[in-house]
Amino acid sequence: MTNLPADYELVIRPSRGWLHLNLGDLWRYRDLLFFLVHRDFVAKYKQTVLGPAWFILQPLLTTLVFTVIFGKVAQIPTDGLPPVLFYLAGLLGWSYFAQTFQSTSGTLVNNAGLFGKVYFPRLVVPLSAVISNLLAFALQLATFLCFWTYFKFFSTAGASFGFSGAIVSFPLVVIQIAALSLGAGLWLTALTAKYRDFTHLSGFIIQIWMYATPVIYPLSQIPEGWRWLAVLNPMAMPVETIKYMLLGKGVVVPFYLALSVAMTVVLLLSGVLVFNKVEKTFVDTV
Amino acid sequence: MTRPIIEVENVSKRYRLGQFNAGTLREEAERLFRRRRSNGKIDETSGGSAHGSEFWALKDVSFSVQPGEVMGIIGRNGAGKSTLLKILSRVTEPTSGQIRIRGRVASLLEVGTGFHPELTGRENIYLNGTILGMSRAEVKASFEEIVDFAGIEEFLDTPVKRYSSGMYVRLAFAVAAHLRPEILIIDEVLAVGDAAFQKKCLAKMESVTRGGRTILFVSHQLGAVSSLCSRTFVLDRGKLSFIGGTASAISHYLSKDHKAAHGANLPATVARSGSGKTRLQKIWISDAEGRDLISVVSGQTVVFNFDLSLSCRTSVQNVSLGFSIHNHLDDEISILYSDYCGRVFDLASSQSTIKCSVANFPFSAGSYLIHVRIICDGDVADWPRDHVAVLNVENGNFYNSSTPFHGGVGPVLLHGHWALTKKNL
Repeated sequence: MTNLPADYELVIRPSRGWLHLNLGDLWRYRDLLFFLVHRDFVAKYKQTVLGPAWFILQPLLTTLVFTVIFGKVAQIPTDGLPPVLFYLAGLLGWSYFAQTFQSTSGTLVNNAGLFGKVYFPRLVVPLSAVISNLLAFALQLATFLCFWTYFKFFSTAGASFGFSGAIVSFPLVVIQIAALSLGAGLWLTALTAKYRDFTHLSGFIIQIWMYATPVIYPLSQIPEGWRWLAVLNPMAMPVETIKYMLLGKGVVVPFYLALSVAMTVVLLLSGVLVFNKVEKTFVDTV
Repeated sequence: MTRPIIEVENVSKRYRLGQFNAGTLREEAERLFRRRRSNGKIDETSGGSAHGSEFWALKDVSFSVQPGEVMGIIGRNGAGKSTLLKILSRVTEPTSGQIRIRGRVASLLEVGTGFHPELTGRENIYLNGTILGMSRAEVKASFEEIVDFAGIEEFLDTPVKRYSSGMYVRLAFAVAAHLRPEILIIDEVLAVGDAAFQKKCLAKMESVTRGGRTILFVSHQLGAVSSLCSRTFVLDRGKLSFIGGTASAISHYLSKDHKAAHGANLPATVARSGSGKTRLQKIWISDAEGRDLISVVSGQTVVFNFDLSLSCRTSVQNVSLGFSIHNHLDDEISILYSDYCGRVFDLASSQSTIKCSVANFPFSAGSYLIHVRIICDGDVADWPRDHVAVLNVENGNFYNSSTPFHGGVGPVLLHGHWALTKKNL
């Protein structure tokens, strides 16, 4: 190991208050972050025949179900876009959020053994979930682009959609979703460490949350007077914006965007603080 | 004198017992409601689930460690050793007090931390290494040595779930043994693995100490502590009861051992293996007339009494009871099983006592540890993991001579008949 400065000193004492972010430690453990991401990604499909194809299969199958149920049976309009593309685009952003949220919300409880035996900055574990799911997101984006190309150039619906100029901000939306899933997940895992009721709630929360988000329907379907309510869901704008960027149709209002970003920031910061507070005593109470 | 590398100042750790706060929302709501009703007076002992009782795992512990020192930590189970290590490893926080650490710490509280069964040995080496605090470059630099130490070269690319338990442990220890922190904290991990591997680990630890590293070593294996550690401290129910040279610390620990040789009931919580058909309840020492003895004298007749109980009403046949006498470092000196003398017992009643009378007790002055094992029809019925009693032996008249005998250095006294023959030239 590299040599320490001669006056290096670490003081261990009971922590007071809320603000004890140890970001320097996070950077020092960046190699661990890399290997945890590797572990998350690889362990999921080891010993399966299809391997990484599983990351694509799930949204494809879900899209198929949505197309049949919501498109054909319930006949929910899709802003004039080909239903397959519409649902795929919606699921793109939503799956990333849902997967990351599920992983991070189980951090403390699922890693209780590990946290009780060795020290490392515990924020590394939820961060690794955020990054490993980003890789899955990339695979799903690639799949989407294949479908997009097919529909654009090899079908009659090609004229009805296209990339919008806003697509240059695509990475920003992805970052916002990452931040949101991390913040929400941290909140939930902190609550779960204290009250076990929440372990049962996380799956349920995600299901209901999806219906509250414009994944299977466009935001335009909500009457104008009620849209403010839908937008109180911080995931509403990111999902709608992705559809707008990739397909050119969607309700994107600057005020709604700003609101969504503000909520994300609050959720993330408060989530990190609450997590930091809980992780210090959680080893004693889990 | 250089600055200590670890300074522990009045560290205490309190745990709350019972089902507090890690309960359900309903319980929390009930507590809040109760608080409101009693006008803010928080009565911790009221309430459905057992609130409010606390337990001090550590109380005002203070000590310091010099750089390069190998410090042993010994104490009974539940004395607070693991808690202290957890605090030093930053896994949990102290309730009060503070610790100054002037070097990086790596802890071995468990082998194979973070191992993922689906990943290969190679992948797990990197994962485990980085979890323990190494950087990727450091793992890479030690990679060959780690594989060599563990002896798993052919299995590097097989998922770890296919490894035998021995391979698993060797690999886990190999990674941990190649950490290069300034301070290494080791908790009982040497208890795993076979004898050959334990020797290898001890040798590796010794080479680590020669590298100038500071080591904190917790173990029940007093022999290992004695050979590795220059200073040792003893924890007794959360308090530091002794700190000093290792030999003195071990004597202090043994002399305060609550398992006295007389009238010692085995606590129900003692760690033991075996089928449990019959269990050792109590062991005590008496003389030939049946009088209880607190300590024993070499050369006298010593009777070992073992109270046994049956776990179920059925009687048990072919019971062979064995006890072994160990020196104060827990090295075995002698074993005697009843079936060596051709005696086996049938236990019919729920409480029985087996006695073993040893004439001319041949051990010299000192403290000895007694282990017991009960075999029933060839299977182990009861085998407490640690010693069940401490036997204190004083010098006596083993040799039946008029001059008092002051004892030699060995534990065993031999009777010999001496004679001189003349050779005719």
